[in-house]
Amino acid sequence: MSWLSRFLVLMAMAVLAGCGKPEFSDAEKKTIASLALNTLPPLKADTTNRFADVPAAAALGSTLFFDQGMSGDGMVSCSTCHKIDRQFQDDLPQAVGVGRTNRRTMPLAGVAHDPWFFWDGRRDSLWAQALTPLENPLEQAGNRAAFAHYIKARFGERYERIFGPLPDLSTVPANASPLGTDAEKAAWSTMTAAQAEDVNRVFANIGKAIAAFERSIAPPQTRFDRFAIDLATGAKPKDDDAFSPEEILGLKLFIGKANCVTCHAGPRFTDNSFHNTGVPPVKDLPPDRGRIDAVRQVEADPFNCFGAFRDGDASACGELRFMVKAGPELIRAYKTPSLRGAATRPPYMHAGQFSSLDEVVAHYSKAPASVEGVSEVHPLQLSDRERAALVAFLKTLAD
Amino acid sequence: MASLWRYVLAGLGLAALLAGILTVVYLTTQHAPQLAGADISRSKTTAHGLFVASFAPEKGVVRQGELHSWLLTLKTVKGASVEGAAITVSGGMPQHRHGLPTSPQATDYLGDGRYRIDGLKFTMSGLWQLHFAISAAAGSDTVIFNVLL
Repeated sequence: MSWLSRFLVLMAMAVLAGCGKPEFSDAEKKTIASLALNTLPPLKADTTNRFADVPAAAALGSTLFFDQGMSGDGMVSCSTCHKIDRQFQDDLPQAVGVGRTNRRTMPLAGVAHDPWFFWDGRRDSLWAQALTPLENPLEQAGNRAAFAHYIKARFGERYERIFGPLPDLSTVPANASPLGTDAEKAAWSTMTAAQAEDVNRVFANIGKAIAAFERSIAPPQTRFDRFAIDLATGAKPKDDDAFSPEEILGLKLFIGKANCVTCHAGPRFTDNSFHNTGVPPVKDLPPDRGRIDAVRQVEADPFNCFGAFRDGDASACGELRFMVKAGPELIRAYKTPSLRGAATRPPYMHAGQFSSLDEVVAHYSKAPASVEGVSEVHPLQLSDRERAALVAFLKTLAD
Repeated sequence: MASLWRYVLAGLGLAALLAGILTVVYLTTQHAPQLAGADISRSKTTAHGLFVASFAPEKGVVRQGELHSWLLTLKTVKGASVEGAAITVSGGMPQHRHGLPTSPQATDYLGDGRYRIDGLKFTMSGLWQLHFAISAAAGSDTVIFNVLL
């Protein structure tokens, strides 16, 4: 062969070798790194709850979380729906406490990073959230006067070591609440302002203890996180950490054509915001309009950040202060849930509408119109292979 | 025979070279031309030319997913500070057809035409648009700033 043909052969080989497209572009690598658990910032102090990082408060909170005495019928605790061995959720389409609710139980890993609580954000702090099921007749079905008496009788010493002296409750009715049955409301109205304040203070502290406990529930590292770290550092993935071609395709779709990462962003795979994605309502459940109705509820909550039971100053209340209060996009808007661990906890959506990830991905691919308001999701026309790849990727967040 | 082999090889080499060049071009091209074309300047004249507005994060950096404040600085065309302006803020992400996740407000006047716009939160990467309606002694005007995350 002449020098020319040798040169051409060499060139052809070099160029062909360089033609192999890299697995991920630099932009993709940047996005993947932003989703890895090691980018989750340390939990910020909650200045509205000065007991948030007090170990004794967390210990009492953990006791209360698992205590069935914390309910109207003595049969239900936080852990009835937030099951410790099931990612703190219950695998049911709608939670069942004393009665059947209209919403799916949310898992708790990393919950303390949230700015808003419940699917619709109707509470603005973890401690205010913890109070709500206690008095919901379908959840723990108790009342705040009864809880104050119960705490004094059962955990008085532990409570006082953390929060200081309990108030005199001797003349407080056994059952009373501004939100309860007619009899409980009537009893509440007979109480003096000082008595109501005393009971509300004990009640708020119950929430602060439970919140202190819940702050310790962190999301675990997954196969995806190990893969992301290896990709960022250029290390060769160990054994099972390597992604299959299907999982790589799923990840590429997730951060690319399928636009999932638009809302499922950051290390918790959520933008902490509310969106209408056209998820259909469940037959036989009461009307549910999502965020639009929650705005009034959080504003009216006496335990919100502007209320009398907040510790620290109002500079912590930015989310409530700058909350979007109106607009068509709040109609049937629900919180973007974290996708960590989602693959092993069907059913999905705010009322358990979909029983598998296949159904979820099919919904987002098809993007049907919302029954009310406007869905932000646009049809994707994903192939069968692409939908399966997305599901395969989502499973790497639960391994 | 040998010369035919040579021509085939040369053809193959050139084709591979062309494919290589095309790959390089494809990989290095900006994939989001609609974002690349957006005007992301931080200082501009308002729609009807009444004011010169500048918009910058108060602490110098844009933080995704966190509430933070920006400064809107208003000057007249001649360079005088605009005082006592009433400012309203709206906006959203035009590509995703949704509004802002918060309701930012002009919370403080800091002097020298500087107004603190607090409560901004950019929940995702992409192109955000902020519309300001400004009303001051000189009249009312509007300005739009694009923020690319």
